[in-house]
Amino acid sequence: MRLLIVEDDRDAADYIARAFREVGHVADQAPDGEEGLALALDRQYDVLIVDRMLPKRDGLSVIGELRAKGVETPVLILSALGQVDDRVKGLRAGGDDYLPKPYSFSELLARVEVLARRRGGRGEETVYRVADLELDRLSHQVSRGKEEIVLQPREFRLLEYLMKHAGQVVTRTMLLENVWDYHFDPQTNVIDVHISRLRSKIDKGFSQPLLHTVRGAGYMIRDK
Amino acid sequence: MTRRRWSELSTRLVPAWVGPRLNALAKLFHTTLFKLTLVYLTIFAVFAACLLGYFAWNTRRLITEQITRTVDAEITGLAEQYNQGGIQRLVFIIDSRARRPGSSLYLVTTFSGDGLAGNVGVLGEGVLEHVGWTETVYRRLDDPEGTEHHALVRVFQLPSGFRLLVGRDLEERERLYDIILAAGQWSIAVVIVLGLAGGFFAARRVLRRVDAMTETSKTIMAGDLSGRLPVAGSEDELDRLAVNLNAMLERIEALMRGFKEVSDNIAHDLKTPLTRLHNRAEEALRTAKGDKDYRAALEATLDESDELIRTFNALLMIARTESGQASTPMAEFDAADVLQGLAELYDPLAEEKGLALRAEVDGALPMRGNRELLTQALANLVDNAIKYGLCDAAAANGVPAEIVVSAANEGDRIRLCVADHGPGVPPADREHVVQRFVRLEQSRTEPGSGLGLSLVAAVAHLHGGELKLEDNNPGLKACLILPRSGRQLPKLAPSEPSA
Repeated sequence: MRLLIVEDDRDAADYIARAFREVGHVADQAPDGEEGLALALDRQYDVLIVDRMLPKRDGLSVIGELRAKGVETPVLILSALGQVDDRVKGLRAGGDDYLPKPYSFSELLARVEVLARRRGGRGEETVYRVADLELDRLSHQVSRGKEEIVLQPREFRLLEYLMKHAGQVVTRTMLLENVWDYHFDPQTNVIDVHISRLRSKIDKGFSQPLLHTVRGAGYMIRDK
Repeated sequence: MTRRRWSELSTRLVPAWVGPRLNALAKLFHTTLFKLTLVYLTIFAVFAACLLGYFAWNTRRLITEQITRTVDAEITGLAEQYNQGGIQRLVFIIDSRARRPGSSLYLVTTFSGDGLAGNVGVLGEGVLEHVGWTETVYRRLDDPEGTEHHALVRVFQLPSGFRLLVGRDLEERERLYDIILAAGQWSIAVVIVLGLAGGFFAARRVLRRVDAMTETSKTIMAGDLSGRLPVAGSEDELDRLAVNLNAMLERIEALMRGFKEVSDNIAHDLKTPLTRLHNRAEEALRTAKGDKDYRAALEATLDESDELIRTFNALLMIARTESGQASTPMAEFDAADVLQGLAELYDPLAEEKGLALRAEVDGALPMRGNRELLTQALANLVDNAIKYGLCDAAAANGVPAEIVVSAANEGDRIRLCVADHGPGVPPADREHVVQRFVRLEQSRTEPGSGLGLSLVAAVAHLHGGELKLEDNNPGLKACLILPRSGRQLPKLAPSEPSA
């Protein structure tokens, strides 16, 4: 995966780039809005990580310019402004995801990977399959092996989201945002309890667990 | 002369004690009120002068008209007498009339100008030669050495060459004219003096109050936020301004107090975990014996820093909520929907803790506000209820271990409550727990920053409502009471002094 990090804080940019390279991605850096825009127009990237407040040209205007020129590369906005309306503004300007500072790298990585895979991802499929677990998005039926699994509507959406991003780490915040549409800090681990309920329904009694906890990051559904 | 030179001069010519007085005077003359007074005074004086001038001129004209009319009538009558009785009769009549005291003037002359009868002694040059109306000076016949008087006379040519002069003394007219003019001058002078004095005193009064305000604002600017502008109690525009400025100061002081509180608390409460973080890292460096120890220490450090970030974010959010009255976006939404969603989100967590979470919501409750902040606030309440909702003593008495979230209409307000049957909060502590970083002793074992209720209160205030902590018999019932219309900006008292 090829990334462009547009961030004027040199230390932060270096840190993120190094971390992405460690997990096997290619990361370019741009220290200001103008250079970021030039690079994004010039080269092919899978995801752009853009800070909101940049010298020469601010992040939202970079995104606006890219979208106006027909560049549809997914953009994740980083911002020190964590207020509710800032996120809305960022998304309205053409951003695809929004992460307030300070953030943990595992959260950033999980979100970037989901964004990168969104294009040509599993969005169009009507049936998600992971090993012998099957989820039918049209009939809302879930089964594992030959057994049918009965899920509550919310559990269904939770599993749907996890299976849509099978093989990828999904963080608690991502689940809260995408499954419940909440954008706040729930303080306690509410999501964990929902996951363990779901886990007891899809993994209990089967030799191979599919729903895994990724320590320090979140959850993942995968085959092996 | 430039202002600078004038001031130099004034310091040179004027004794030292006059200096400040002159300054004060100059300040007075520079007030808007005094300038306005001057402008109005000028306009009024000009108007009065015009009015009086017109009055005087008109009076004079009227008198003149009256004189000409009576003189005309008299001449007509005398000419008649002449036609009937000849010159002897005319002379006889003039003689008798001229003897009467009064302002009437008579003279009959021959063609060559020799007087035959009348009471006029000396006349102006060429008056007799000119037939018709003339204004002239004259002396009476019986007072040839006396003062000259003004008169309006008409000379009439009688058919046989005699000339008849009839006129009126103008002294009366001139005196009336002078009286009116003098009265006009005096009244204008009085108007100007009174107006200037009035303007002076009004300006001084306003200036004194403005000076008092300036003085207070200087002390406030110097850092003493407790100062308030003086309110005279007269409910005039200056009072209203002072009251509103005081309300503003009140708000600023509250914000500053909050700010100071937060910084004090940050200093105190963030220092502790930061020190712990530091010590843990140091200890790991000193004592760790292998990768495993380092990893464990780093993970603990990460957890600790996550907690710090969370606390920090909560603080920022409270600060923004408290200060962001104008910038927070507000929209219409269903409060019942929010409550139900939260109940569903937290239900498994409550169940795991052995608590039943029940939502009592009847119908939609549309309101205006910030959905996300309200959700966060209610989530904090539910979270608290789950953390502290269990109580052994209550359970022993047969009280069900349940949490009830409810939404109800109360006229133009909405009441959103989260009630538990836990140990509750003693009435004495209820005000206290809402403050930042305050945690009751029994809650110290649970994780948390002590910021949850502070945020709830801040969100309530942002919406123009309040957070009420009540007794749930047993347990705690935390209620958000919010106006349906959402934000209500604090009202500024128009006249009464702020409480």
